[in-house]
Amino acid sequence: MVQSVTSNALKQTFDRRSFVVGAVQGGIGLLLAARMGYIAVAENERYTLEAESNRVNLSLIPPRRGWILDRNGSPLASNRADFRVDIIPERVTNPEATVGLLSDLLGFSEVEKLDLLERLEGARGFAAVPVANGLDFEKFAAVSVRLPELPGVIPQRGFSRFYPTGPAVGHLVGYVGAPSREEYDAEPQPLLMTPGFKMGKDGLEQYFDLTLRGEPGARRVEVTASGRIVRDLETRDDVQGQPIKLTIDGPLQDYAARRLGLESGSVVVMDCLTGDVLCMASMPSFDPNSFSDGIGRVEYSMLSENERVPLRNKVLQGLYPPGSTVKPTVGMALLGAGVDPDETVFCGGGLQVGSRRFNCWNRRGHGQTNLAKAIYQSCDVYFYAMAQRTGIQPIANACRLYGMQERFDLPVANQFYGTVPDPAWKMEKYGQEWAAFDTVNATIGQGYMLANPLQLAVMAARLATSEKVNPRLIFSNERPSFESMGVSAEYKAYVRQAMSDVVNGPGTAGRARLPIDDVLMAGKTGTAQVVGLNISDGRSGPWRFRDHGLFIFFAPFDNPRYAGAVVIEHGGGSGAAYPVARDVMTFMFDPQKGLDALHALEAGWGGTAQQRLDRQYAAYAQAAGVDLPPAPPPITLARQVDAEARAAADEPEEAATDAVTPREDPTARSDEATT
Amino acid sequence: MRGKITLPAPIAEFPWRVVVPLTLLVLFGAAVLYSAAGGSMSPYASSHLLRYVVALGIALSISYLPIELTKWGAIPGYILILLLLIAVEIMGQVNGGSQRWLNLGFMQLQPSELMKPCIVLILSAYFANLPPAMIGSWKALAVPGGIIALPVAFVLLQPDLGTSLAIVFGGVVVMFFAGIPQKWFIGGGAAMVVIAPLAYFFGLQPYQQQRVLTFLNPESDPQGTGYHIIQSKIAIGSGGITGKGFGEGSQSQLNYLPEPHTDFVFATMAEEWGMIGGLFVLLIFGIVLRWGLTVAREAPDRFGSLLAGGLTATIFFYVGVNLMMVMGFAPVVGIPLPWMSHGGSSMLTNMLCVGGIMLVERSTRAQRKSNF
Repeated sequence: MVQSVTSNALKQTFDRRSFVVGAVQGGIGLLLAARMGYIAVAENERYTLEAESNRVNLSLIPPRRGWILDRNGSPLASNRADFRVDIIPERVTNPEATVGLLSDLLGFSEVEKLDLLERLEGARGFAAVPVANGLDFEKFAAVSVRLPELPGVIPQRGFSRFYPTGPAVGHLVGYVGAPSREEYDAEPQPLLMTPGFKMGKDGLEQYFDLTLRGEPGARRVEVTASGRIVRDLETRDDVQGQPIKLTIDGPLQDYAARRLGLESGSVVVMDCLTGDVLCMASMPSFDPNSFSDGIGRVEYSMLSENERVPLRNKVLQGLYPPGSTVKPTVGMALLGAGVDPDETVFCGGGLQVGSRRFNCWNRRGHGQTNLAKAIYQSCDVYFYAMAQRTGIQPIANACRLYGMQERFDLPVANQFYGTVPDPAWKMEKYGQEWAAFDTVNATIGQGYMLANPLQLAVMAARLATSEKVNPRLIFSNERPSFESMGVSAEYKAYVRQAMSDVVNGPGTAGRARLPIDDVLMAGKTGTAQVVGLNISDGRSGPWRFRDHGLFIFFAPFDNPRYAGAVVIEHGGGSGAAYPVARDVMTFMFDPQKGLDALHALEAGWGGTAQQRLDRQYAAYAQAAGVDLPPAPPPITLARQVDAEARAAADEPEEAATDAVTPREDPTARSDEATT
Repeated sequence: MRGKITLPAPIAEFPWRVVVPLTLLVLFGAAVLYSAAGGSMSPYASSHLLRYVVALGIALSISYLPIELTKWGAIPGYILILLLLIAVEIMGQVNGGSQRWLNLGFMQLQPSELMKPCIVLILSAYFANLPPAMIGSWKALAVPGGIIALPVAFVLLQPDLGTSLAIVFGGVVVMFFAGIPQKWFIGGGAAMVVIAPLAYFFGLQPYQQQRVLTFLNPESDPQGTGYHIIQSKIAIGSGGITGKGFGEGSQSQLNYLPEPHTDFVFATMAEEWGMIGGLFVLLIFGIVLRWGLTVAREAPDRFGSLLAGGLTATIFFYVGVNLMMVMGFAPVVGIPLPWMSHGGSSMLTNMLCVGGIMLVERSTRAQRKSNF
């Protein structure tokens, strides 16, 4: 029975061990229950939070940008609701395939495709790259449907910046664009990474970016693990950016830009009483609407190859010799230095100083000339002679007092302020003594003298009012009080009359007379030589050798309200400038009359500025094909434009060695001469 | 003691004690699967119920087999399944890739699953025939060791660590119940401590090593392999005491929880039913396992005791490892939760185990009757 005892022992062992196993199982069961209690009860709060953060996805809604308004409250820059598509580069698995499919869906050309690929490669991983905006619903839907094949592509409803008058405000307002790497590094905020967010890249958009920007909204959505949105949970609306109201008169700005037509030039109009800048047009220009999704290579190449530099704001970055437009100011300097306005100088077509003879533009001479005649007939000899008497310093001082070389307190990124030469300046710059011919050049606004169109407009306003009018761009109901310039009422009226005679009397710009009965415009013509007589006659030949045409004006002449300046680059003489001024001022007082004149002109030019720009783009794109360098990012572009403008406006390396010989016909104009 | 109950014999002898809780559990499982499918009977819940009905039929059929037949059928059954395992391995080699199943048309059969109850069966038969005096001899260790090692080698080749462990566990528990000396277990435990690191570095596939590492520190790679455990804990933890409500579990409904209908079905359940649902599931498993051990203890013969005990342990292995895995106590090994996870093989295996225990229960009752 030894066997059966052992069998019983095994049975006992089994009972014992099965109890142990049962206990272990029960223990593990209790352990699991306890563990579950710990996770589900003690740590419930933490895991509930984590489940929520899984389920709920918070995305920022880019704020609507504040509007930029003109003085009457109509928008120069607004927002347009549209459908847009962006890409988050980080989430794209195969950029070529994604861009390829998107290009098919959106009907991109080869160049646009290349641009997009380029932007995608240059982007920071998680920042959205804009693909297209302003899409119609069909295209938007086509992209939305194919989303599973397009990882990282985000189609959304949003707002894009809209500039109703496009190129007319390009330089003034600037444009917007998606933040770049550098901008994000400088300001690392999640907002800058939000798809659809744009920041100001140039002009007022850039200067007032923080004001215009607003506060982003937020949207809470329920998403699946793969990121598909199941439903909206909660939406907090964005706070639109603050609007900015400018002193600009929108219709006038647009009119002036269009009136410049095919020319390369600028128009500035100011309110004499407040200093409000009503118009600051620079043409040719670019279309800021098409810049906001990144600057395409075709557009960039077209703009940068154009010798009329559409990317440069000529009002602030264009510097020109003021030519004869400086003469009323010089006249003020002479009066201030005690010259009697009625004293005459005999002009026989030139002035003998020592062994040198300096020519008047009118080789036949003006005969006996007093100050008034010297202004309205633009007699050079009178000023040569009087300046010999007073010396250069009072003239240079007056030029500065009237706005030249002055940097105005304006919300702009940079303004060039030009040069008013005097002996101290020349000594420092070239290490040479001031010479008689330097004075001769300065009195007729040539030589080293340089000013930008805004300064010329301020000069006109100060001549008109004899007050130190300061320009301003931001609208305010407050009327500033300007410092008086200490000119006697008699002299003020005298110069006003002389400048009125330029237009309305026996002056050089008879055709500038306003076609409005009771408003007389005063002005002063100027022709600035670019090269010497030996290279070009200034009216024909290569465009870049032709003279600049200038005109400063104010109206009405006896009770000035508006003042301004027109500069036409290489217009071939002041004859290119004053018709523009005339039409702009006509529009100011009688818009319909102004528009009629414009429409007649535009019929000959081939449409409005916008239409011509669009056509030019289409033609250029067709001719250029794909083989173009990509556009630089906006920051680089701005620096590039600035550098080129500086180079163009720089003073000569070598000091001038002689006087400029003035043109024989100071109001000439190459193409209008034949009409 | 059963004489007092005046029910007809077939009803009285029907294994209510296990079928009722199991059916409740399966129905509950189907509800969870219905929710995991986004509120739909297909594809999970309906086939889950169907499989249960079929597998229950098989289990009841098994329970009517004569116990002696199962005892003598153990060796041919073991050899057959071993051949199937080899066949799977060869087919895998031919098809160029690892394969675990044979396609039977209506379901995909994993021979390794059948090996789990089979290893218990054959070892029970072996120890029942082994003279008690020899329980301390080398034969009591080496032969079962060989019987276990052979199929485990093939399953590891597949490679399937989870099933290998289940087979080893079932076999070792039978050896333990059979009464082999305690010192061998202590010695074996000590040996494991030495072997485990070696096995980790030389025996495991890189993905398996990664799973172990992830288990030790799930937060180390939250978007990678640790993702499963973290999401599972979030699902269970966010369920709280009463759960988020039927069909309201964001973790499973929005696909954050991986495998919400198979390995992580408990997390899916716990998110929507909370701690109450979890305790219910634990209670059912407790009832079933307690029933199994009771049957084992009451069995008059050694074969029946070992068989019922071993099969109970096999079921326990599934339940224990799966629940420890979803609660972050064990690495992700890919073991489903019996009667709740969607999957035919697991349902069949566990019902075979239940069928085996029911067989022992019925034969115990029959022997008692004949003794009166």
